[in-house]
Amino acid sequence: MDYTVYGLAVETLAGAVPMRRIPVRPDQLRSLCSAVHEAGGFIHALWASDVRDTTGGFLLRVALQDDVGLVVIELLLPAATPHFPSIADIFPAADRMQRAAYDLLGVRAEAADRRSWVRHAAWPDDCFPLRHDYDATRPHADADERYPFVRVTGDGVHEIAVGPVHAGTIEPAHFRFSVVGEKVLRIEERLGYTHKGIEKRFETLPALQAHKLAARVSGDSAVAFSWAYCMALEMICGISPPVRAIWLRALYLERERIANHLGDLGALGNDAGFSIALAQFSRLKEDLLRINQAAFGARYLMDVVVPGGVARDLDETHRQILLETIPGIESELNTLREIYDDHAGLQDRFSGTGRVAPALARQLGLVGLAGRASGQTWDWRCDPVYAPYDALNVRIAGSLDGDVAGRVSVRFQETFESLRLSRIILENLPRTECGAALPDVPAGGFGVGLVEGWRGPVLVALETGDGGRIRRCHPHDPSWQNWPVVEHATIGNIVPDFPLINKSFNLSYSGQDL
Amino acid sequence: MNTRAFTMQLIAIAFAIIVAPLLIGWVNQCRAWLQNRRGPGILQPYRLIRKLFHKDAVIATNASPLFRLVPYVQFASMGLAAGIIPSLWTGLPFADAADTIALVGLFATARMFLALAAMDIGTAFGSMGARREMLVGFLAEPALLMVFFTASLISHSTSLPTMVNVLAHGPLAIYPSLAFASISFLMVLLAENARIPVDNPSTHLELTMIHEATVLEYSARHLALIEWASALKLFNYVCIGFALFVPWGLAQGLGNLPDLAIAVPALFIKLVAVGFGLALVETINAKMRIFRVPEFLASAFLLAVLGLLVHLLLGH
Repeated sequence: MDYTVYGLAVETLAGAVPMRRIPVRPDQLRSLCSAVHEAGGFIHALWASDVRDTTGGFLLRVALQDDVGLVVIELLLPAATPHFPSIADIFPAADRMQRAAYDLLGVRAEAADRRSWVRHAAWPDDCFPLRHDYDATRPHADADERYPFVRVTGDGVHEIAVGPVHAGTIEPAHFRFSVVGEKVLRIEERLGYTHKGIEKRFETLPALQAHKLAARVSGDSAVAFSWAYCMALEMICGISPPVRAIWLRALYLERERIANHLGDLGALGNDAGFSIALAQFSRLKEDLLRINQAAFGARYLMDVVVPGGVARDLDETHRQILLETIPGIESELNTLREIYDDHAGLQDRFSGTGRVAPALARQLGLVGLAGRASGQTWDWRCDPVYAPYDALNVRIAGSLDGDVAGRVSVRFQETFESLRLSRIILENLPRTECGAALPDVPAGGFGVGLVEGWRGPVLVALETGDGGRIRRCHPHDPSWQNWPVVEHATIGNIVPDFPLINKSFNLSYSGQDL
Repeated sequence: MNTRAFTMQLIAIAFAIIVAPLLIGWVNQCRAWLQNRRGPGILQPYRLIRKLFHKDAVIATNASPLFRLVPYVQFASMGLAAGIIPSLWTGLPFADAADTIALVGLFATARMFLALAAMDIGTAFGSMGARREMLVGFLAEPALLMVFFTASLISHSTSLPTMVNVLAHGPLAIYPSLAFASISFLMVLLAENARIPVDNPSTHLELTMIHEATVLEYSARHLALIEWASALKLFNYVCIGFALFVPWGLAQGLGNLPDLAIAVPALFIKLVAVGFGLALVETINAKMRIFRVPEFLASAFLLAVLGLLVHLLLGH
């Protein structure tokens, strides 16, 4: 999109992911968002920073994806009244991000829904932890915990409150069902139970070490987050890692994708009462993790991506082992896929359950794996600027069904594709260094990293301060955009199908609670 | 009722109570094997029950005395049922007092108390589980009754020991009606004992549970009794199945030693086979949507009625 026709100044920042930065006035925010939305774009993230000590006020940033690539819109808000026009009607996914921005920084969207999002009872509503003048050592009283859920009234309607503590060992979230008999009329999520102040913690860390924290934002996306973080940092430092390092990062990312997809495929079968699938997929996943441990020194690939490159090179022996194991996984996966496709009972549970029609997916801004299962043909790895994927010709997965079966199918397709990509990467691994020396981190830098993780696009926005420290870091999981869609996917289904629908999205709790 | 008959009756009940968890252990072990897992061993249910008896019970503050009472009612009903169902020998004095119709009533009583206890605390899951349990129950009971009627038309009695005596020791005959009834009974067994494809006994997903949701609030000794009663219920159902469809090996009357020497191994061979079969059914099937359960149980009812019609048409 050409933004100069709107009379806007566009600054292009070079990096692994080129980004355009557009400062806007408050009256331009909504029209610009509308223009991007109408042109087929969608929202990645919305976050704010406290810049009262530098340029004054608060800086609101909105990261959008348009037909060219990543756009970051910047809106400076006055310190006294940091209010901004809500964009939640244009991008429904922005609603919770706006509420979280208020909880953390006190920047208020002019929207009807003013309930807190990540703030539970842990701090009062006049405290904003991400402001630089916030004193974390000062104790404060527990705050009000009331959270009015939307009530559905009518003959025979009743509520089922589920969580945050569940019968199984899973992450905490509260789901409020309004049901008639077994049929779900409405479900409302409440998240934020695992808010642990990751963004605040980033601000105490040197930029060159914080990739470790980034890897722990959501444990199942360790590679995606640490790569996105390093991408942002490398953008600020103006360096580019050696080619081999970038290829190895892609190998890690694909292996992370395979491991998660295998785990999910087994869990989906298990949730439909087909526990033999869980046993088989878990075994496949475990084999993969053990090879990870042997080849890369980490089962879940924590801390293998470091600023400037990768932590350790892949030796020839393990390269061969990795290559040799791929055909075995492929053939077993083929067998398992046939079993899934031919199993009447399983297909009966999967088909038509939790359907998100392509039009609804587009309207709500569904991204990543779930988006592709609902006809949204966007995969960041298919973008020509995203190295090394520009050289790999990634075949996009997809389904138009948008139901649990569609998301299962996309997982199978993507696992096969990731195995194919792994083979190409391993066979053509460039022989260069796998790490670059980093210069001193410049102060006042701003960089963004965007990586197509297994769940969807993972974005990390980084601002650096004096002495190589982090001024502000916002790690953004695609679960932010996709959680609200789970609510829509569940409407009209029956209560016992919700766990299956939820699992088919398998969104992160910790990654979005931060 | 003489002393020996009474003693043998008590032994029969005690035997069922002691052996019942073994069947669950065996089924779980077979399931593990079929999934290429090692499994916890067939004694695991006993370890679970022992562990639960050693724990302190946690009871919701708003629980009524009914909530505390129900585990005992469950256990007692299933123990009583074991006294009516011939597992090793047919000479059960209690069976003269209660026939198969009373047996169905006994199961229904236990279920009703369980549903009441589930609703007693007032949690959403308890009520949801109770609602689903009753849905399964009211569809399964008629099918079970029809199965009993088919067998009683053959034996001209509604008493289980009499049925066994006629079927096992009468003139050898092939009863096509019982073939229909056996399939119907198998479906009822799966539904009534919360097995896949109707319910998933090993799920942790509270929203999909049927039977488990009704007992979510129980802990310690109460839960132990309920788990034990569930094991006993499965054992009872399996023994009903043996009595109706494969009664061979059961000792007649109070049994003498040579007869018992056949009856005990025969029972265990049958249990091993049925346990493996059950595990196989549970392994190759997925859990069905809850609204398919009425279709499933309607089929069971239809099959049982067909069995009845076949009997009347063929005149056996």
